[in-house]
Amino acid sequence: MHGRPRKPLKPEDAAASAAKAEKLRVLQSQFLHNHHNHIYSKEAVELSTKLLETNPELYTAWNYRKLAVQHKLTENDSDPDSLKSILDEELRVVESALRQNFKSYGAWHHRKWILSKGHSSIDNELRLLDKFQKADSRNFHAWNYRRFVAASMNRSEEDELKYTEDMICNNFSNYSAWHNRSLLLSNLLKRKVEGFVSKEKVLPDEYEFVHQAIFTDPDDQSGWFYHLWLLDQTVRVDSPQLVSSWPTPGSDLILLGDRCLDGCASSPFTRFHLDSRTFPLVLYFNQAVEGVNSSTITVDSELNTNKDLVWKPLSSCNSKAAQVWVTQLNLPDGNTHSSKVFPVEVSLGHSQGIISSSGFHYSNPFCFAFRVSLQFVETQPVEALGKEIISWRDESFHNYNAHSQDSSPISSLYQLSIKNDNELTDFEWRAATIAKEIDHFRELLSLINCKIGKLTLARLLMAHDAMMCPPANKISHSEEVLELYNDLMRLDPTHVQYYKDQHSLVLLQQVTSNWESLLSRCFHYSNSPSNRGSPMCLQLKNLSLSRLGSFDKLLWVQMLDLSHNELRSIEGLEALQLLSCLNLSNNILGSFTALEPIRQLKSLRALNISYNEIGAHSIDTTKYLCSSPLSHSVGSEWNHGQTVIDDDIKSYWEAYFILKGLNLTQFDIVGNAIVNEKFKSFLIKVLPGLKWLDGEQLH
Amino acid sequence: MGELAADKHVKYIISVEKKKDSFESVVMEHLRLNGAYWGLTTLDILGKLDAVDEEDVISWILKCQDESGGFAGNIGHDPHVLYTLSAVQVLALFDKVDILDADKRLDKINVDKAVEYIVSCKNLDGGFGCTPGGESHAGQIFCCVGALAIAGALHHVDKDLLGWWLCERQVKSGGLNGRPEKLPDVGIFSQPNLMMEHSCRVHWINKDKLVKFILDCQDMENGGISDRPDDAVDVFHTYFGVAGLSLLEYPGLKPIDPAYALPVDVVNRIFFSKK
Repeated sequence: MHGRPRKPLKPEDAAASAAKAEKLRVLQSQFLHNHHNHIYSKEAVELSTKLLETNPELYTAWNYRKLAVQHKLTENDSDPDSLKSILDEELRVVESALRQNFKSYGAWHHRKWILSKGHSSIDNELRLLDKFQKADSRNFHAWNYRRFVAASMNRSEEDELKYTEDMICNNFSNYSAWHNRSLLLSNLLKRKVEGFVSKEKVLPDEYEFVHQAIFTDPDDQSGWFYHLWLLDQTVRVDSPQLVSSWPTPGSDLILLGDRCLDGCASSPFTRFHLDSRTFPLVLYFNQAVEGVNSSTITVDSELNTNKDLVWKPLSSCNSKAAQVWVTQLNLPDGNTHSSKVFPVEVSLGHSQGIISSSGFHYSNPFCFAFRVSLQFVETQPVEALGKEIISWRDESFHNYNAHSQDSSPISSLYQLSIKNDNELTDFEWRAATIAKEIDHFRELLSLINCKIGKLTLARLLMAHDAMMCPPANKISHSEEVLELYNDLMRLDPTHVQYYKDQHSLVLLQQVTSNWESLLSRCFHYSNSPSNRGSPMCLQLKNLSLSRLGSFDKLLWVQMLDLSHNELRSIEGLEALQLLSCLNLSNNILGSFTALEPIRQLKSLRALNISYNEIGAHSIDTTKYLCSSPLSHSVGSEWNHGQTVIDDDIKSYWEAYFILKGLNLTQFDIVGNAIVNEKFKSFLIKVLPGLKWLDGEQLH
Repeated sequence: MGELAADKHVKYIISVEKKKDSFESVVMEHLRLNGAYWGLTTLDILGKLDAVDEEDVISWILKCQDESGGFAGNIGHDPHVLYTLSAVQVLALFDKVDILDADKRLDKINVDKAVEYIVSCKNLDGGFGCTPGGESHAGQIFCCVGALAIAGALHHVDKDLLGWWLCERQVKSGGLNGRPEKLPDVGIFSQPNLMMEHSCRVHWINKDKLVKFILDCQDMENGGISDRPDDAVDVFHTYFGVAGLSLLEYPGLKPIDPAYALPVDVVNRIFFSKK
């Protein structure tokens, strides 16, 4: 079915083909008769041999042969010679069938089945494999079979490693060999087999080996993924780490009830508006973990009893693992004139239980503290969130002028390279390896202007920056990396969207990398510029962002403007638990399911998704990322039977699913194809607390 | 650029269904049920499912059912999971799934173990092979990721890593190959595309170039789509070509669901009528 040239059938060929077809049909029907009647005579079995040698895809014939073998074995019981000859015959038939089609699943599987009866030697099998791999070194059936033989016949992994080396030296454009090599090496390293105990000793040779492939022909992809794997082995920190939190360590928080303050003497970064009786405590890890609960995390304060705290993973698809976990702490009791300070101490790592998906434990005992006080001071009601309509126009925003009071709470946000001592072991060789690779790739690029050179260099520079703990590292390569991605967009236009996404990620890292840069994007929301009590808005609009990241640095954000970008998805935004106002207008969000992270933003009151592409696409690219009636996620809300599925919900199930739990007061959706009168009345049903829809006041 | 010769393809599929005399046709008799799925789904996407006799098809399918409940590739052959799937899919197209004894359902399957097995086939490059340790292959990836999607377990997929591996399947001609350093193939084309749909990375593939590649693989005279331009056509590639175009939002085609590889209205009909 592949690779046959297109040419019309000549009449004499058609006749010959029809004659062959008739013969084959007769054989097949005779065979089926034998099979259904359990006939295993010599002639019957030979008939199946003939069929399989012509058409190894006839799976029923392989089933038949297994039954025939079993039948013969029970007849001939314990005669070792006849056993051998029976199995030998099967091996011969398989080999013959493979010659007809060396990619036949049925044939390879039959051979494995025969081998499970305990026959043939490793030399014999390797000889067969050599034949096939010479014919096609990428035959993955042969490679799979090779792995099977090596495992079942106890061939050492080191010997197999040598084999991959030979294959690669013969022809480095052999992705299958590189793949096998990465598998073997990763097993040897994991088991700490002698000679493979430390990555530090093993990886340098591997880097040199793959350089030969990449540098000889940079356009051949075979070595790329192996190099990426080596890079990952070099920089990866297996054990989970805490990367950031909100509230931040050492911060002094002032929580405001639903009346705002005017002229209070604190910084807008430590002052938070909340309209519920609880506030979140957010923990952000470097990878998805399970097992975060009140036994593994202790929160010591007057506000809550630790064991009553319920920790939730912020993940889609009801997964038990997540990078970001949150629990709710009670607000201090609302005695309006008290400004008592409540200290809170959080500790983790004291008992085992937090574990990553790859099975590594969080083992770095860490403790941090912050202080909370509640204030209700009555002044004239100002722009409390949710009381008045939010306008996103430029006139409503004024640059934030930093005051000296800001510097201390601010810097705590950036001390958040929550010190992890463990990762400092091996630091030297990791850093040295990355530095050497950077040199190598700079050299490659000086000789050949190639895509893989630029892409790898960009990745290496980012890895280098990530390893150097901020804020000690003032030197960052982000400008150079952004340039590299711009180059790549020109050099390899087929993949321009991939590079754009990477560019966006680097840009956000750059913007959030230090306080000054972040501050320049912070604006007061207010109709009166002198009002220091108003919320702070982080503006990240008009940046051509196609992808979001750096959420660990943005956990404090309450008001966020991401309008006028190129976002298709907002994956990761669920980490920003304090968000109450979000502007996503003028992006390219294609469906409601792309807004899935919003379901976890319980504080969200004002949402603007106007001028996107919701309803404009027949294909929904994100619908399996969240639990829906179409996927069988355990515990999916759809199965609870409480929802009456009426016609509206059927037509708009995505919108229903995303919006139903939210407490929005303001919603803007104009400029999306899905919007019409029917949809708007559906919205009003689903969002009972809504006060403004597309700027109009509702009743 | 050229256009989709929808009518020609419909004619081609009907002719294949009728022509049973060639040698190739007999050699592939054992997978006729797959062929039925490919051909009929294509017709549905093109809005022409009524071109076949529903009664004929369904009665033939039921003849392929074994007492175990499974379906064979054709009458008299052994039952097999692959063909059982095709049978269910074809019945779904005709909204006749209730003909089956619906005792065999997802709740009877140990989904967790299934997910575990699939995850064990995950490779270091982010892709999936056909067995643990098997090299990543776009076709396998389609099956594994589709299964994970249906099981609500997509969080096991490293979307960025796999997304990059998959978008690098797109070669200069615009087509996609199944593995690094292999030739592009329309059949492969659809599979990474389907996977990328799941994880919102599909924009990493250049849609326009891909559409052009598929259209170039059409046989404009006799209908049908081949694996590569100027190669012989077959139903398998015709299906993947048309399904692929549907995913790329080519106008005039019914939208297809990326996990179930069936038209969206068919999938919705099944799930929403369950309640």
